[in-house]
Amino acid sequence: MIPAAFEYHVPKTLEETLRLLERHGDEAKVLAGGHSLLPLMKLRLAAPRYVIDIGRLRGMSYIREENGQIAIGALTTHADLESSALLLMRCPLLPETAAEIGDVQVRNRGTLGGSLAHADPAGDYPASILALDAEIIAASTAGTRTICARDFFVDMLTTQLRPGEILSQVRVPPLAPRTGAAYCKLHQPASGFAIVGVAARLTLGKGGKIDSAAVGITGVGPKAYRAAAVEKALRGKKPSPKLLADAARHAAQGVEPLSDLHASAEYRREMAAVFTRRALERAIARAQGKKA
Amino acid sequence: MAVEIQVRVNGKTHDSRVEPRLLLVHYLRDVLGLTGTHIGCETSLCGACTVLLDGKAVKSCTVLAVQADGSEVTTIEGLAAQAPGNGAKGGLHPVQEGFWEKHGLQCGYCTPGMILTSVQLLEDNPDPSEAEIRRALAGNLCRCTGYQHIIEAVRYAAKKMSKGKR
Repeated sequence: MIPAAFEYHVPKTLEETLRLLERHGDEAKVLAGGHSLLPLMKLRLAAPRYVIDIGRLRGMSYIREENGQIAIGALTTHADLESSALLLMRCPLLPETAAEIGDVQVRNRGTLGGSLAHADPAGDYPASILALDAEIIAASTAGTRTICARDFFVDMLTTQLRPGEILSQVRVPPLAPRTGAAYCKLHQPASGFAIVGVAARLTLGKGGKIDSAAVGITGVGPKAYRAAAVEKALRGKKPSPKLLADAARHAAQGVEPLSDLHASAEYRREMAAVFTRRALERAIARAQGKKA
Repeated sequence: MAVEIQVRVNGKTHDSRVEPRLLLVHYLRDVLGLTGTHIGCETSLCGACTVLLDGKAVKSCTVLAVQADGSEVTTIEGLAAQAPGNGAKGGLHPVQEGFWEKHGLQCGYCTPGMILTSVQLLEDNPDPSEAEIRRALAGNLCRCTGYQHIIEAVRYAAKKMSKGKR
């Protein structure tokens, strides 16, 4: 399995990268850790004419607090996210999600930006990025623009990013008080990809009722989505096992689940409900300050 | 068009001209002749091709040789020399010794990858629990179903390496 030949560029700066992207447009692919792009190129599902390697660009791998948000550079690896002390304290949903990706070797190489830009329907981050209402920063020679997570995923392997644009940063909010978040995943046992992955973020009001609920689901449909019907069923209610289970039944509402040799559409729909319930239970327990 | 790369492999610097599409595993095996790194699934799943790239375990079938330009690679051939106290005089790395002592292999195909992933594990976590070892080795498949002995091999190495530090 050898990729088709391509012209290789290793720009030294982000500016040089953006100029190359502007020049080559959709004939170019950006290579970061290579764990989404190279498998596709080896299978010849992708055969870009130009490969622009940004893997060693300086200053694009970081996790830091910025204007009340946490800013994460696109080249930050899954392993860095998994072990980041700042994220574990301020936004533990992301480390919990990163820890579920692939295996040690994949997490050592794969990057947050690469994974999101690839938008695999079975990728893990999209669920959490949606549940966190994250912002995605896209850079081009024209400047930068901010895309909210809800608008970012367009379809299978398709995002809002335009040719000539690069995903440069992701911004997530720190965990608010009385908030719990959790990511629960059913792995495809061979590849480790998500058959279903559910990220839930719940905030309790002072009286113990659910003030706000955000649920992102990956693996089920052609793109990750917010489970609006689940969220609606939770808002303003006092959490109970029955409430969570009933709400979780709406997990795949309005979605036509994918069907493949690993999981039929019916199975995915059923598992979406099961894993949504588990994620809600864990998120609630954490919001209540219990260990979960 | 070929690209100039410089890669330090097992302590020795190599200057090569390679096609950009050349995979690191083919560079190691076919250009440098280091066939200890095995090719298994070629789809980043089985872990047979695992090497250390700047100290981190990576699947060399999913890395381009050009991505290793300026980096340091350790393959199974170079591991023993990097073990503390071994120098160039041979002997085994403690993880290799563990696989030998605990019968951590049957056919041996997955072994180089298993060993290199275990080396990173023990560097990050010198005293891993069984669950931690299993999680660390989740990306390395053994088709002889020899996992139990592999776990014991890693525990042996952990003990031996912690003794060496005391």
